Amino acid sequence: MEEIKLLKGNEAIAYAAIRYGVDGYFGYPITPQSEIMETLIKERPWETTGMIVLQAESEIAAINMVYGGAACGKKVMTSSSSPGISLKQEGISYMAGAELPGLIVNVMRGGPGLGTIQPSQADYFQTVKGGGHGDYKIIVLAPNSVQEMADHVALGLNLAFKYKNPAMILSDGVIGQMMEKVILPKQCQRKTEREIRKSYPWATLGKSKSCKPNIITSVELDSFLMEARNLRFQKKYRTIEKNEVLYEEFFCDDVEYLIVAFGSAARISQKAVEIARGIGIKAGLFRPITLYPFPMKKLNSYKEKLKDILVVELNAGQMIEDVKLAVECKIPVKHYGRFGGIVPTPQEILEKIKNEINK
Amino acid sequence: MKSINNTINLENLVYTKPSLMNSNITHYCPGCSHGVVHKLVAEVIANMNLEEQTIGIASVGCSVFIYNYIDIDWIGAAHGRAPAVATAVKRLNPNKMVFTYQGDGDLAAIGTAETIHACNRGENIVIIFINNAIYGMTGGQMAPTTILKMQTATCPYGRDISLNGYPLQISNILAQIEGTCLVSREAVFSTKTIKKSKKILCKAFKNAMSGKGTSIIEFISTCTSGWKMSPIQANKWMIKNMLPIYPLGVLKDK
Repeated sequence: MEEIKLLKGNEAIAYAAIRYGVDGYFGYPITPQSEIMETLIKERPWETTGMIVLQAESEIAAINMVYGGAACGKKVMTSSSSPGISLKQEGISYMAGAELPGLIVNVMRGGPGLGTIQPSQADYFQTVKGGGHGDYKIIVLAPNSVQEMADHVALGLNLAFKYKNPAMILSDGVIGQMMEKVILPKQCQRKTEREIRKSYPWATLGKSKSCKPNIITSVELDSFLMEARNLRFQKKYRTIEKNEVLYEEFFCDDVEYLIVAFGSAARISQKAVEIARGIGIKAGLFRPITLYPFPMKKLNSYKEKLKDILVVELNAGQMIEDVKLAVECKIPVKHYGRFGGIVPTPQEILEKIKNEINK
Repeated sequence: MKSINNTINLENLVYTKPSLMNSNITHYCPGCSHGVVHKLVAEVIANMNLEEQTIGIASVGCSVFIYNYIDIDWIGAAHGRAPAVATAVKRLNPNKMVFTYQGDGDLAAIGTAETIHACNRGENIVIIFINNAIYGMTGGQMAPTTILKMQTATCPYGRDISLNGYPLQISNILAQIEGTCLVSREAVFSTKTIKKSKKILCKAFKNAMSGKGTSIIEFISTCTSGWKMSPIQANKWMIKNMLPIYPLGVLKDK
């Protein structure tokens, strides 16, 4: 049965994971996301759904546990925050190379280095442009509410299995820590071994008598075969770019001044747009929900209608590069960013809009 | 005179290739211990009727291609991470037989944390540890287990304590950890040692299936290319120089 609860974003991820029938969670404590593992352990899902929850010795071990679980066709996930996600990049690259599905949650904090435990969106480049070594892409979802934190668990894992590719929820300390009403989905059953073997014949669950062994690996020393494998990956990424783009438009029908923002920055910008509308400024908000695939086509259509675009981010200017690519630099793209853990107020963004309009 | 062909018949057949080893020609150098250890692993899995339940975790090193030779399901782990991968596979599939196959660099250098913590949690897995005191695949560099004064590509003047520290006695450390149930150091240079190794490997696999904790079987091994020796020289050198530092025998059996 569906259930309505008042939860933190981090807690919503944990409850959604249990209800979606996730088989295993492997994590390592780091602020501001520790509630995910704490909530899972408090709920003891191993007694109800059979879900495994294990505290690993490091973020590196945790992502490699996800690698192992995914190789068996299990729905597995890990979560961390920026410094820990850096450590996971090796494992994410191996998952992409071995074509394994899995969910990684990044509740971003300010960097670089140990940085701060306050919210940030400074891992956009790392997440969307690569992070680990090699030519690969991961599916990136950017929730802007506690509800979306819960919903993106199922969405992320579905896309991960559909494309045999890792997916990431790119959240931040604001969304992870804030409390909102959330509708949790009804309890799903975990897949049985028989179901997994049927749905994912590639899974390493022990060789069946009449079948060839299953091998999960990213190694291929023959360059021609490795190029062929890369071409196959690129083809898959083009399919993802064609089919899986998600975005939200807010007051965009008659928009004269457009803000592009994701996650918590979009949430704050939404308020700024509401205030602007109240004082007669025709502002609007475009919010990419998938950061990879990025809504290039839709944003491109704005280049004919608008004089310029403002990108608001909790970083020094990262997604702005994709916005510029989307509009082919045909119109000016401005940036407003706070960073190092500072979260801007709607008023600050409104002032920026006013200044730009009066220029 | 009796023809040899009269002797070659089924009733005189005393040795066959393990059923799980396929006909692929291995990439291993002549005299390398991997071949014999692979054979033992394949035999133990088949003898215990575990081929449909076994998932092997390969590591990075020469044995990265072990999946080409033993016909079971395999997962190739990142360098050093095999025990973490095995942890999840076993936890999510408690009825399966899960083992890792790792070299000294993989297990005792880059993967030390994963190894120690998998053992400390008492994961019900087997860790097969090939210790040839050198990095074979990358061309013969110093390993954590390289013995003192031994020359490698990255300690060409011999391993020096002041610069490189001591050969790491990782199995002795693992034997101290509560979660391990069996830690044994073996070798495969003679019929006697091969037969003994197989027996202990069998015990390790039984431990994993009965949930007794982590079993580690270390194989003191040869690397003819890395050591730049012939197979016979390598075995002699190993017995003379490595076994005094890494004496064979059971370190823990509880």
